[in-house]
Amino acid sequence: MQTQEIQKISSQVRRDILRMVHACQSGHPGGSLGCTDLLVDLFFSTMNLKTDAAGKVVFDMDGKNEDLFFLSNGHISPLIYSVLARRGYFATAELASFRKINTRLQGHPTPHEHLEGIRIASGSLGQGLSVSIGAAQAKKLNGDSSTVYCLMGDGEQNEGQVWEAAMYAPHHKVDNLIAFIDENGQQIDGPTEKVMSNRDLQAKYEAFGWNVMRMDGNDATDIQNTLIKAKAALGKGSPIMIIMKTEMGAGVDFMMYSHKWHGVAPNDQQLEDALAQLEETLGDY
Amino acid sequence: MALFTYETKKDTRSGFGAGMEYLSQHNPKVVALCADLIGSLKLEGFIKNSPERFFQTGIAEANMIGISAGLTLGGFIPFATTFANFGTGRVYDQIRQSVAYSGKNVKICCSHAGLTLGEDGATHQILEDIGLMKMLPGMVVINPCDYNQTKAATIAIADYEGPVYLRFGRPVVPVFTPEDQKFEIGKAVHLVEGSDVTIIATGHLVWEAIQAAEALLEKGIKAEVINIHTIKPLDVQAILASVKKTGCVVTAEEHQYNGGLGDSVAQFLALNNPTPMEFVGVNDSFGESGKPAELMEKYGLNANAIVEKAIKVMARK
Ligand SMILES: Cc1ncc(C[n+]2csc(CCOP(=O)(O)OP(=O)(O)O)c2C)c(N)n1
Repeated sequence: MQTQEIQKISSQVRRDILRMVHACQSGHPGGSLGCTDLLVDLFFSTMNLKTDAAGKVVFDMDGKNEDLFFLSNGHISPLIYSVLARRGYFATAELASFRKINTRLQGHPTPHEHLEGIRIASGSLGQGLSVSIGAAQAKKLNGDSSTVYCLMGDGEQNEGQVWEAAMYAPHHKVDNLIAFIDENGQQIDGPTEKVMSNRDLQAKYEAFGWNVMRMDGNDATDIQNTLIKAKAALGKGSPIMIIMKTEMGAGVDFMMYSHKWHGVAPNDQQLEDALAQLEETLGDY
Repeated sequence: MALFTYETKKDTRSGFGAGMEYLSQHNPKVVALCADLIGSLKLEGFIKNSPERFFQTGIAEANMIGISAGLTLGGFIPFATTFANFGTGRVYDQIRQSVAYSGKNVKICCSHAGLTLGEDGATHQILEDIGLMKMLPGMVVINPCDYNQTKAATIAIADYEGPVYLRFGRPVVPVFTPEDQKFEIGKAVHLVEGSDVTIIATGHLVWEAIQAAEALLEKGIKAEVINIHTIKPLDVQAILASVKKTGCVVTAEEHQYNGGLGDSVAQFLALNNPTPMEFVGVNDSFGESGKPAELMEKYGLNANAIVEKAIKVMARK
């Protein structure tokens, strides 16, 4: 898919995120906006997803012979919900129910509500990389040559379980896995460097045996090129980690360059100001 | 008739923050730790007064519990703080081995317990934490009911030698207990005298129990309301004295039936004074996203639910 088309979808997804968080006055816009370009690329271009004869995506839990995506930093749920709906897994109208009582669009994603596209609950940080590795190993056992993708936060790297998984994947040669770290430099209590420094993530993952790449996670062209490179490196004995630099709040000028919008909803005026910066390309839900 | 009145509503976590601010000035042995949730735990006051006694652990709760256990050597009193899900369930074995079994003087203080954290949903709404913590030998478990009581409990546990789990929450609720009250660990508080049914409540459900008692009084039913802020050790004498008078009991808590206050009371009564009993709590299900009041209604955790259960249990006498 052309990057211009990806950017068009991303603009709509960013509108969805802001409107969803505004409607329930809760949720996490900052990280969601920052990771939009990656998820749109994955679901609309890079990942090989199961479809019916008419080309419509179909969901089944096992996801055999299709690429799988796991969201470990589950608080950026508005992003995954918008992308899944826009890709056709469920009706975009359902986005209006986000975080409201009786919704399938829970504050953090869960298969408990049988939402198409969600295979594991996340929200408690640090667990998604382990699950992704397990799913990748299941693919190998089944002789399934498709790929598993996983996204984590950079604050999330504080969790010890991430490093247990980091040690395991190269040891077991899980080379059908591409993981991402959203390196926006922010977490709840402030900049990651001040809260708990990750120091050199690239050197750490390399020391653990990963093939580490870097990209600009808000540049659709760089994302596309890096993913082509990463896919070419699959099946060579090492898992792949892509450290992607992003801006929390990307796409809305007043939400960028701080951790302030990690978990705060915009008020009416702020929503209006934010939406004015994002073209409505596919029609609001 | 209003049995209790209040002037303001505040969150219990702010009571914790106020207690910590007091401790920063009055107890130089207290140290605080937090896992990337300073604002949610209301620790700004403590950190401002005593920055050298505060340790940011990042999002690493297991590490936080271990560091806390180590800090007790040398006489410090660590208050390890985060959301209730991440401070209990996520780090159960670290608490079990390094704190409880090792007998370390660590205070595990957690906000956002139960359904009332609202929109974040089930991943964060732990409803099993009282059970997890009370099952650990030697662990004290406290769930205060309002801002003033949470502040008093925070200050009191610093003076108690041994591991404590202090549980509080996010929503604003009526402040109806006295300011500067003396908090006695393990001592029930009698709020309403009655002779027809005993309502034993903890945490956010204490206010609901008072509302239920008012509604029952309008029907001519005299309910006795007991605030059990300490689930372990349980004030069994207070419970026994009340049920001997009323002959039936309802327990109310923002927790699963399994493992909660209700099953502690049931276990005691089954052994000592079998009594008809009903439970107000979550019955073996996860929570979900929604506004706190909507969730408390849907899962049957409010004054109406207590009234229904009280009428039901009285019929079983
Ligand atoms: C185990 C666990 N601890 C704490 C939290 C609370 N929490 C939610 S998001 C967050 C910060 C995450 O930082 P990062 O991964 O960098 O995501 P970003 O802020 O960039 O979206 C924290 C501490 C949680 N969800 N899970």
